[in-house]
Amino acid sequence: MTASPRDIEARRRFLRSVLLGGGVVAASLAGWVPELRAHPLRLRPPGALDESEFLASCIKCGQCVQVCPVKAITLSDITEGFGVGVPHIDARAQACDFSCDAVQCILACPTGALSHKLSKKEEVRMGKARLDKPEACLARQGQGFKGAARLQGIHRYAEVDRWKPIPIADHPYDLELCDLCVRECPIEGAIALAPMSDDPADKRRTPKVADSCVGCGMCEMICPTEPAAIVVDGRPA
Amino acid sequence: MSLKTSLAVMLGREPTKPAACEYTEAACALHEAKRANKRTREDNARVQHEIHEASKSHKWRNRRWLVLIAVNLLFVLSYRFDVQLIEGALTASRVIGFHFADLNSALQVMLAFKTVLINLVIGTSTVLVMWWLLGGRTFCSWVCPYHLLAELAEKLHLKLVAKKLVKDHALDRRLRAVLYVVFAALAFASGYTVFETISPTGIVSRALIYGPTLALGIVAVLLAFEVFYSRRMWCRYMCPIGITYGVVGAVSPLRVAYKPVSCHHEGACRKVCLVPHVLEVTKKGYAPDVHVGIGADCTRCGLCIDVCPTGSLKFEVKGLDKLL
Repeated sequence: MTASPRDIEARRRFLRSVLLGGGVVAASLAGWVPELRAHPLRLRPPGALDESEFLASCIKCGQCVQVCPVKAITLSDITEGFGVGVPHIDARAQACDFSCDAVQCILACPTGALSHKLSKKEEVRMGKARLDKPEACLARQGQGFKGAARLQGIHRYAEVDRWKPIPIADHPYDLELCDLCVRECPIEGAIALAPMSDDPADKRRTPKVADSCVGCGMCEMICPTEPAAIVVDGRPA
Repeated sequence: MSLKTSLAVMLGREPTKPAACEYTEAACALHEAKRANKRTREDNARVQHEIHEASKSHKWRNRRWLVLIAVNLLFVLSYRFDVQLIEGALTASRVIGFHFADLNSALQVMLAFKTVLINLVIGTSTVLVMWWLLGGRTFCSWVCPYHLLAELAEKLHLKLVAKKLVKDHALDRRLRAVLYVVFAALAFASGYTVFETISPTGIVSRALIYGPTLALGIVAVLLAFEVFYSRRMWCRYMCPIGITYGVVGAVSPLRVAYKPVSCHHEGACRKVCLVPHVLEVTKKGYAPDVHVGIGADCTRCGLCIDVCPTGSLKFEVKGLDKLL
């Protein structure tokens, strides 16, 4: 028995639908690949839930991006798979310096992916700073720093303008001993310079990160060495 | 048409001619009169001329494109110039401070996160009421930026078809319902909003507001399929957002209504329609009443209204004529 052209078309149509439908599902599931790959965790905006919950609850609207006065938050691209449209912070390019007087992004978040339980910058835990290249750190060599710390990035200097962040490049320093990471840290007591020997004549100091560090990335952004001697690690999943 | 039939046809059932018992008396009389009234050759020529003339009108299409572009531009300009009129993207936003959440995106998040968030409930209810009033899939044709791109791709596709360079490959309409269930299940099982990874609505909306991304590649692939392989593939056979809004708009006061009395039954409307199955009633002898609302899958795009030479298809607000 031969099938009628109508039946053949119906069968082809069904097959096409299965293949293309399967293709669409497969393409969306390909978003899992970057997730499965072990990669250093990105810094998420203040108040972000644990990584898996964060990815589930973020509605990918970018309202946090829009309210940030220093534009620290950017949305990830398709290379992040399921994380497409989800916000992250590249601290070296632009850190969160709490210019907004804390957590506008949390207030803007429509889903609570940035947890509304936080209300103070001291409660934030985005990650933690770590001295990544001790040999590069100027303070550890007893060196000062003169000039613009970075050509990239903006920061709110309370002594310049209480309300408006300005480019770091427009705010040159003249320091006998480089203490930029401590000086510009928005959290009191989160980082301090400790002497490296008992000799009072020894100018060398080393940055010590306390547990109160919120991981905002300000130290990584302001660090004048290239690449930054101090970096912020994302929270482990 | 019953609500059940309207939803079943949206989910992929083939529309059927009403059974004898489903016609109203007035409809029976009208169909009878039409059957008795045979058209002459001159009549046919006149009808073809009318259809040709009507095809030049783009009133509703132009209004719709204007609204679609204006809404998306508002998102963009609101952010660029920091006027805080509409913050966010189409997936979720704040309109003059009020939470708005895309129903489908909110659903995916709640399925993946397994928590109902109060802000999201507020945002979803606002949008639910709005799109119920305005007609559900009105979102698709009047707001979704991918829809506009797909319409342009469709023009190209139809040109290529006319030149016999490509052929339209229809898919099974039940595919969209299947994908809806698959994406809902995937969100729930995996804890990721899997659909958002490829949702062209979200991708295009974010790209417009926050700048171009590599994710636009997905949109390009979809559009390529629509130009060269299957007419309006994504919106017609695949996009779950369409079903979500279709359900919301199933009983909307704003709808396209059909009055068969002066209809020529030439099917010009079905040729331009994204979802021609909803216009099955316009076939000769198919209208169960002399005044019928078009089914849930209708996007209220108005292309059929533009192209109709007899004014048999019109926008209406249900019950408004009784009120006035």
